[in-house]
Amino acid sequence: MKLRVDYKASLRLVGTVLKYLAVPLCFPLVVALYYGESVIPFVVTMAVTVLVGMGLERLAEDPDIGAREGFLMVAATWFAVTLVGAIPFLIEAHGVPFVMAALHPESTLGNPANALFETMSGFTTTGATVLGDISFESHSRSIMMWRQLTQWLGGMGIVVLAVAILPELSVGGAQLMDAEAPGPGIEKLTPRIAETARALWGAYLGLTVLEIVLLYGLHVTGNAPNMDVYNAIAHGLTTMPTGGFSPEARSIEAFSAAAQWVIVPFMVAAGTNFALFWHVLTGDPKRLVRDTEFKSYLGIIGVISAILAGVLFLGDGLASAAPAAGTFDQTYLETVQTAIVGNVEPSLRQSIFQVVSIVTTTGYASMDFNAWSAPTQYGLLFAMFIGGSAGSTGGAIKIVRWYVILKSLRRELFTTAHPEAIRPVRLAGRAVDERAIRGIYAFTLLYLVMFFVSTGLLHLDAARIGFELSVLESMSAVAATLGNVGPGFGVVGPMGSYLDFSNSSKLWMVLLMWMGRLEILPVFVLFTPEYWRR
Amino acid sequence: MRVVIVGAGEVGSNIASSLADAHDVVVVDVDADRVEELNYSLDVLAIQGDGASIETLEEAGVGDADLLIASTDHDETNLATCGTSKVLGEAFTIARVKQVGFLRTWERTSSAFGVDFMVCSNLLTAEDIVQIIGLPAAVDVEWFANGLVQMAEFELGPDSPLVGQTVSEADQFEFLTFAAVLRNGDVELARGDSTLAAGERVVVIGPPERVHQFALTASPAAASDDTESVFVVGGGEIGYQTARLLQERGINPRLIEEDPERAREVAESLSKTLVLQFDATDTDALERENFDSADAVVAALESDQENLLVSLLAKRLGVKQTIAVVETGEYRDVFEAVGVDVAVNPRVVTAEEITRITREETTEKLTFIEDDRAEVIEVEVSPDSALAGVPIRESIPKLPAGVVVGAIARQRDLVSPRGDTVIEVGDHVVLFVDAAIAEEITAAI
Repeated sequence: MKLRVDYKASLRLVGTVLKYLAVPLCFPLVVALYYGESVIPFVVTMAVTVLVGMGLERLAEDPDIGAREGFLMVAATWFAVTLVGAIPFLIEAHGVPFVMAALHPESTLGNPANALFETMSGFTTTGATVLGDISFESHSRSIMMWRQLTQWLGGMGIVVLAVAILPELSVGGAQLMDAEAPGPGIEKLTPRIAETARALWGAYLGLTVLEIVLLYGLHVTGNAPNMDVYNAIAHGLTTMPTGGFSPEARSIEAFSAAAQWVIVPFMVAAGTNFALFWHVLTGDPKRLVRDTEFKSYLGIIGVISAILAGVLFLGDGLASAAPAAGTFDQTYLETVQTAIVGNVEPSLRQSIFQVVSIVTTTGYASMDFNAWSAPTQYGLLFAMFIGGSAGSTGGAIKIVRWYVILKSLRRELFTTAHPEAIRPVRLAGRAVDERAIRGIYAFTLLYLVMFFVSTGLLHLDAARIGFELSVLESMSAVAATLGNVGPGFGVVGPMGSYLDFSNSSKLWMVLLMWMGRLEILPVFVLFTPEYWRR
Repeated sequence: MRVVIVGAGEVGSNIASSLADAHDVVVVDVDADRVEELNYSLDVLAIQGDGASIETLEEAGVGDADLLIASTDHDETNLATCGTSKVLGEAFTIARVKQVGFLRTWERTSSAFGVDFMVCSNLLTAEDIVQIIGLPAAVDVEWFANGLVQMAEFELGPDSPLVGQTVSEADQFEFLTFAAVLRNGDVELARGDSTLAAGERVVVIGPPERVHQFALTASPAAASDDTESVFVVGGGEIGYQTARLLQERGINPRLIEEDPERAREVAESLSKTLVLQFDATDTDALERENFDSADAVVAALESDQENLLVSLLAKRLGVKQTIAVVETGEYRDVFEAVGVDVAVNPRVVTAEEITRITREETTEKLTFIEDDRAEVIEVEVSPDSALAGVPIRESIPKLPAGVVVGAIARQRDLVSPRGDTVIEVGDHVVLFVDAAIAEEITAAI
């Protein structure tokens, strides 16, 4: 059978990306040198990625990328970097034969399924973890920094970065970025696609650096004792990509209120369309306040936060008693009760931080929201489906899609009364193409179908191995991985982990994260026979 | 250079794709589907909107642009676009028009309509047609260096004596350069040992009399020394201009126009043209006028179908050379495949001229070969050129592969381009260049 897809051309470009993956690997290597840790996990990974990359590059000489090859290239790139990115974790747990003994044999990432899960969770900026113990006793600082860096690389997009740097991707670049970038379609900002990609990465890099400086500034001025240089960099690397990994077991709860307040605006920025920052910087700041999606985004965050802040302030938002076995105990519950109930600043901060973290799909937590009451938790579960803006680093369904869906549903109601009426759906005054609306419906439906099917599968698989899982837990686990949020509720809560799932469930969630990041279609289409056939 | 192109039809997209490699290109079109398609197929920024409206032009960044090309199908829109762009900034404006009247107005004061350069597609097409008449077997003819050098593309018929010869055997004319062989749509630089086959096309560059000699050798049967009887079918703008230019060349054509009023108009302004008023598909009338013994027939009717019909009819009646105007670019190959000698597309002709203007500084003249797979360009050699002051055999290998020096004009004389010829500053050099490296070459020279 002759394939219609020129898979060699796609894999060739994957090879180029793999080859350049050696460059970001230098960063944890430097960290390792600084702390006097072993550099072998990174040196070996660099060697592997360069060799495999150069091997793949020999497959085709002058790749011609069409729409089909574009999908394959993007989907394969994400899978390939995940495979390579998992190598340092595996080496840390197993060592390298004849060269180095295992550094931390107790690491849960010694299990390949776990290593794959953690890396995919990193690159897709999910932030769901399978680490048994988040501490520098069981993982070296350089390995933990690599875990943070995977999220930063995945945030604005590996392929977008490749388009920005590699001239050979200039012609098919728009196609590739379209397959990778969150939201329906991309917005070219400049005549050259590489310049657009560079502008987006520039804004991303700038905001990351600004956050690191501000966080470290708090530490220096004595307002955030735990936010040392390492932590400032580590959290800077996972806020802007809406990642959510933290080298602290208690996530952002480990830091002062001031540090938590500083992180909030950066999470909000991360969930904003980066094209808007470009417009602001190039002298058109009005675009930001005129943008329908941005206004809806701030509105949604505002409304949900206000409601949750209210119930937390009144005390109805917290659980009445700690469960017999869970991620928190009665003492913790009583501590947070005294801190939050009746106090304006803490209830506002806890509510805003959690809502922003979930809506933007970051996945940080400034407290264990397992200690919230069931209704407030359902509120957060609902927020997991909203997602950030199109063109942001956030996951899930995205504000603009919901906006178009709601408007077109309203049109359906209107045309029931006025069957002859022609009413285009408008987005910021511009009519939205009917084909685009159909695409948005299809995506959302596919997303929800994936959600329900996967919830059922996880539940069954958990029952098979005798792992007790409530419906809310399994629903939140799927919503959090498919939406690239990270933490869910109960066992998979912000202070918990996905470790107890079976390997098969974990691999399924690896698929969910992969699909979620690339917005389902580019991955899904690879599994249809029509895609491959002539 | 930032270039804004308004109108992404055949002309606009053609120009956009040839400029996108070296310049920042923004394309504006009213058709949303075409805009989306362009955004993905070319590395350009495509914007949907009306090019004559100031908001759209502002969005396209005309204020900072260096060049604006108005190439929609509507003359008035193009003129309005250029005028609007002058409100926003200093961009050099190029307008494409069909009506010669606009060109004449513009020629009086070259700032009319806010247009800095005007390209009249009908006039260019007529000029193209007139150049080909008289060189049977030629598919394309262009003049360079003020008429000193001619470039011609010939198709080798099955009875051509050159079939079966190698390039070095066929290349026996002094001053004539064998630039390339076109096989199945591929452009191949001429190598001495490659054998020529029927149906292939060759591109030669040299003085006109040598090109004519070559034409006689290439297809002795079809060639004739003088063209006397030419029929122009269709009295539209292209037909009218063709007849006018033929008159100027001393050939008095016959022009067939069906519409009595238009026929009278043409007859009044063209005194030496015999204007005939009947339907061009009326074979009896054609027979009366000895249509079958014509040396050349130009089909310049409104529709492609009619032009095809007329040319095939002429071919069947034994006309030596048939030239048809074809509005739809994709049909050009089909026309030539079914037997029309030359199909001329006004849009390609226009795109050639506009692309040339965009390289104004170095390029004096430019023509596309095989829908811009290759180009023949004329440049005046400047002191910092890679060609200046060194023998050809040393300068060419330093340039990207895919260049042939076709001819060198020094003052009013031709210099034969051999390996040891030293090109001097001020020489006009005619080069055959692979389109992929054209921008690179023009920059280096």
